[in-house]
Amino acid sequence: MMQTQILELLYLLASVSFVLGLKWMNHPDSARRGNLLAAVGMTLAVFGTIFLAGEGGSGMSNKGIILLGLVIGTAIGTVMARRVKMTGMPQMVSFFNGMGGACAALISILEFREMQHAGGVEHAIELVTGSADGGSAMKLLIIFAGLIIGAVSFSGSIIAYGKLEDKIKDRVLPMQQLVNLLVFGGALAIAGLMVGGQLEGTLWLYITLGLALVYGILFVLPIGGADMPVVISLLNSFTGVAAACGGFLYDNNVMLMGGVLVGSAGTILTVVMCNAMNRSLTNVLIGNFGGNKGGAAAAKSGSGGTIREVSATDVAIMMKYGQKVIIVPGYGLAVAQAQHVCHELEELLEKEGVEVKYAIHPVAGRMPGHMNVLLAESNVSYDKLVEMEHINPEFNTCDVVLVVGANDVVNPAAKSDPSSPIYGMPILEVENARQVIVMKRSMKAGYAGIENELFYQPKTGMLFGDAKATLTKLVNEVKTL
Amino acid sequence: MQILEFIHEHITYIYLIVLMIFVGIELISHVPSVLHTPLMSGANAIHGVVLIGAIIVLGKAPEDDYLSLGLGFVGVVLGTLNVVGGFVVTDRMLDMFKKKKK
Repeated sequence: MMQTQILELLYLLASVSFVLGLKWMNHPDSARRGNLLAAVGMTLAVFGTIFLAGEGGSGMSNKGIILLGLVIGTAIGTVMARRVKMTGMPQMVSFFNGMGGACAALISILEFREMQHAGGVEHAIELVTGSADGGSAMKLLIIFAGLIIGAVSFSGSIIAYGKLEDKIKDRVLPMQQLVNLLVFGGALAIAGLMVGGQLEGTLWLYITLGLALVYGILFVLPIGGADMPVVISLLNSFTGVAAACGGFLYDNNVMLMGGVLVGSAGTILTVVMCNAMNRSLTNVLIGNFGGNKGGAAAAKSGSGGTIREVSATDVAIMMKYGQKVIIVPGYGLAVAQAQHVCHELEELLEKEGVEVKYAIHPVAGRMPGHMNVLLAESNVSYDKLVEMEHINPEFNTCDVVLVVGANDVVNPAAKSDPSSPIYGMPILEVENARQVIVMKRSMKAGYAGIENELFYQPKTGMLFGDAKATLTKLVNEVKTL
Repeated sequence: MQILEFIHEHITYIYLIVLMIFVGIELISHVPSVLHTPLMSGANAIHGVVLIGAIIVLGKAPEDDYLSLGLGFVGVVLGTLNVVGGFVVTDRMLDMFKKKKK
């Protein structure tokens, strides 16, 4: 009895640690503590469950196997998380998310098996004929919810992982929407019939599982690689809901609290990410960004202007003798792994008395905040990273803006051209600066597939080449000047 | 009618869920966008709480039911991956936000 009470207290502490942990993550100074707090809460809940839950509070049976599983999972998880490169963070998160989803689906399968052993399924059928309580049908409903959500989250996350690793290409099937609808509808229909009692047998459970897995793949496959952060965030909240289903199943408050918390926080985060790109969630999930409209806009503005190419030496002189330089890092910087040499350039310029700042667009890189993580990794001071709202008024006092591998986030068409697919997206107003230097590999359009008129403006100079190689050249030029 | 009864029976849970949804929304809307990636990763680790479900399911599996034991074991390993990997990755990300001393 006493054990159960202690366990309840532990669960309460764990729940509080999750909420407080997320709250502390609101500020860079306390964020790390927040994460540790949530981890401690999780540890309490896990070990409390193993040793205090179960009949008479004597803990779980099969303790040996459980502990073995924990040890193996911890070992693999720690090694993977420690080894992954900072640029690979988003796919790592996606991978771990998929594991959680798979775990939720497995729980559902096992619960269903147990229900069948106990005759619970027949029990549920009686409910429909009006002779039983609602408990079993409800339980079956939750089992299927956990199964479907968990499975979609698992297969979707793995596809998202593959896309970010560049192992899987974007692919749109013919009649994609219809196929998706049929597969998902099929899974829901079978689940519904089973809960209602018209269908029975484990086979149908596995068919539902299969359909849900296929749906997860179909759902993520056509979505562009650059939209993966939004998808991962959405799948993240799915897994949260799947965990909450488990909480319902076991009357387990900490699972319910944690699951619902992540479910709602993840959904909001997804919406916030979409807002930063000025797109609706539906648009991300269904629309092929920059399809027809983008093509038209590109054709319109693409033909005219001339670009001005500059040399690394010119740029080095401009920056060294300027007062203030703002660097706009983008996805190209991340791909080229150029964050370290970028920091080197910044330090060099600071030594020469130039003020250097970084302008961070909310969706720069592959995830909101991705740029900050990358730059912080190469020891760029946190104070130098300035968010869009705060840096925009500073551009007109700035001598040189160095755009490194960014494109759409500095496209003035977002403000001036209502026909542009990115019209209305908040951008970094780099065109207000005295000089703009754009470092790009080629004149290829950005992710949105549209031309950038910024490149054709008289004050803009283009510096072509791989971000890392070009930045290294700049560093050497500044040194030898 | 059945729905009313269901709500009546689980009213505490329903309050809990509704309030938690608001807490989640409140918490996220105050996070600066620079912390979105770590936050997503942290939330990812927290939903690893599903591991507890896997532990319960494995813990009550009959000792001679090898399929249940096997699947439950896989569930525990995957759940642990989610939890441990999630927290460690988040910690690594946040470690970089330390103020640099000059």
